[in-house]
Amino acid sequence: MHIKQELTERHVLTLTVDNEAGTLARIAGMFTSRGYNIDSLTVADISEDHTTSRITIVTKGPPPVIDQIIAQCERLIPVHKVTDLTEAGPHVERELALVKVHGTGDQRVEAMRLADIYRARVIDATVNSFIFEITGGPEKIDTFVSLMREVGLVEVGRTGIVGLMRGADAS
Amino acid sequence: MPEKSGAEILIDILVEQGVDTVFGYPGGAVLPIYDALFQQKKIKHVLVRHEAGAAHSAEGYARATGKPGVVLVTSGPGATNAVTGIADAFMDSIPLIVLTGQVATNLIGSDAFQEADTVGITRHCSKHNYLVKDPAELATVVREAFAIATKGRPGPVVIDIPKNVQVATASTDVKRPARSRFTYAGEADYAEINRAVELIANAKAPILYTGGGIINSGPAASEALRELAELTGAPVTSTLMGLGAYPASGEAWLGMLGMHGTYEANMAMNQCDVMVCLGARFDDRVTGRLDAFSPNSVKIHVDIDRSSMNKTVRVDLPIVADVGTAMRQMIDVWKGRKYKKQPLTEWWSRITGWRAVDCLSYPDSTQEIMPQYAIERLFEATKDKAPIITTEVGQHQMWAAQHFHFDAPNKWLTSGGLGTMGYGLPAAIGAQMGHPDALVIDIAGEASIQMNIQEMATASQYRLPVKVFILNNEWMGMVRQWQELTYESRYSESYSDSLPDFVALAEAYGWKGIRCDDPAKLDDAIAEMLAHDGPVMFDCRVHKTSNCFPMIPSGAAHTDMILNADQVSGTMDDEAKALV
Ligand SMILES: Cc1ncc(C[n+]2csc(CCOP(=O)(O)OP(=O)(O)O)c2C)c(N)n1
Ligand SMILES: [Mg+2]
Repeated sequence: MHIKQELTERHVLTLTVDNEAGTLARIAGMFTSRGYNIDSLTVADISEDHTTSRITIVTKGPPPVIDQIIAQCERLIPVHKVTDLTEAGPHVERELALVKVHGTGDQRVEAMRLADIYRARVIDATVNSFIFEITGGPEKIDTFVSLMREVGLVEVGRTGIVGLMRGADAS
Repeated sequence: MPEKSGAEILIDILVEQGVDTVFGYPGGAVLPIYDALFQQKKIKHVLVRHEAGAAHSAEGYARATGKPGVVLVTSGPGATNAVTGIADAFMDSIPLIVLTGQVATNLIGSDAFQEADTVGITRHCSKHNYLVKDPAELATVVREAFAIATKGRPGPVVIDIPKNVQVATASTDVKRPARSRFTYAGEADYAEINRAVELIANAKAPILYTGGGIINSGPAASEALRELAELTGAPVTSTLMGLGAYPASGEAWLGMLGMHGTYEANMAMNQCDVMVCLGARFDDRVTGRLDAFSPNSVKIHVDIDRSSMNKTVRVDLPIVADVGTAMRQMIDVWKGRKYKKQPLTEWWSRITGWRAVDCLSYPDSTQEIMPQYAIERLFEATKDKAPIITTEVGQHQMWAAQHFHFDAPNKWLTSGGLGTMGYGLPAAIGAQMGHPDALVIDIAGEASIQMNIQEMATASQYRLPVKVFILNNEWMGMVRQWQELTYESRYSESYSDSLPDFVALAEAYGWKGIRCDDPAKLDDAIAEMLAHDGPVMFDCRVHKTSNCFPMIPSGAAHTDMILNADQVSGTMDDEAKALV
């Protein structure tokens, strides 16, 4: 007997949650205990009075599982609202990455040239290294990082995705 | 401004919330609360003998009374011992408030004596939990916890209270109400109710598939179910958790469904054209093989928990609502539209055919007590006394579900979702605390009863006349049955060796002990048990190798039901073995 795998879809969920101790552990732990995937997770306080946070989770699963994930999130007491951006329609997704490359001579010039094309900004430089800051959709960042591998990538830090619905309404 | 200690505030709010009984066990980290308990008279504390007993007793109390059960245990081992009961209550949606002591806030995280991360450990087996770091928050947290435990789909809520928070004082003037940030499903959308009613009214082969949600919704929901069944003429089946919501003596009753359900209930589920699932959740013990589950029916699912919808089985009409309210709405619409009860003649004649299989029959014996016979006789002897029945887990539990019949809700307390051996005795103690005059019987197995046997002392201390009726087959019968069916009778570790002398044990605890192994003497022995006004342990020696049928093996379809031992092959393929 072998374990069967199912086809999965990628979804971006945003959660409005109470900003209190344990909320993040509760949500992240629920994903683990029920066997759901987390590709990335970001969390930050978003309200003026610091009572509410917004969590953006990128997850993968077959459609019925995505539906369950949303329902299970909604069941948690500190979760007020869950929006599936992928389902809800046009939305923007952005991520920020810091990318450090090491090199001299041609390699250094090439790194600069590529950074320029990808609109990455230099935020730190030494005679033999750069740190670039790049924002964009996850694919753009993936591509940029893989190009940097060719020209002396040292390390990368990524924020994970945040997203919003297009148009005037809140998600 | 008047100030009180955290412990005193806690007691005040418990009283305010209507708590009269707490099941607990003291220890260092809850001594301030125990001292506050000592100085008041409104709350009775039941001293259990193990914290698992406290949690299961509180569950039994909650299920028998409909009120939340309250548990009080110390930090570290006290809290970890209670975890099984918390997980059990979570699976079966039982409202509990579990108060755990914790080391002082300044020691948290330092591996202090009897420190455990209770909030971390219980996070995913409770409906919600709190660590309270300031006595000023206690009142709000406890009020909120009661609301969370009891509203919507009920469940256990854990409140972890560090010792210094119990001692420190806070003003009692602030009457901050609990946050009202939770929304709960109540009434259903009328458009959905209309559609549901139309579907039922036009069905040729409808079935009401009911579950524990109806019991949780309260007695009015059971009333509504009876009326709905009467109006529609549809047959009724129930999960293990829902027994009693519809009377077993009712005409439309098909018996329990699922793995050890009746042939007629499972065949009707398979063949129906409209399935109305009311407060049940398509558990794997109910559905059997998913792709063969009721293939041709339109499915309506009423549940208070949105996450139950489409979790395992795709339904056509999900209705997120309180099941009692939704049924009442269906009744109103049905009457408003002047629908007539359909004769459903063809459907009922098919059901009559399935009933004729007489699936619960079993081989008789004059030499030995057949376990099913023991349950039947116990039922006959007690049915006029409206007994509350608790069970342990195993064959005896399933035989009790099959052969003991319930006409009212809150009379059948069994560990369904978690299947916790050791549940029955403490649950019986809790039920008896809630209903001092009721006849409370734990139908037990000789293996399960040993898992919380220490609670016999609790019953003695509080003079609780609970009866423990052990179907002693000298085997972990359910394990033995699966080994017989799946592993060619390789009985690995399933024999109940070195059993205690249950009669002597009963006497050691100040109980009455009765033993019976003769079918001819069984009725008299049961009468003797019932006549005794204190606790009784009844060692009923039954046929040792009986198996529980009917049975739908794991991963099989409803139509592949095993009716008796002759149909059993003794092996299973790996796919089936991998299922629990
Ligand atoms: C705490 C716990 N451990 C193990 C099991 C697995 N299990 C299910 S039934 C059973 C045997 C129960 O034996 P007994 O109480 O004698 O009941 P019988 O089946 O013989 O009626 C076991 C070990 C369980 N359900 N709960
Ligand atoms: Mg046994």
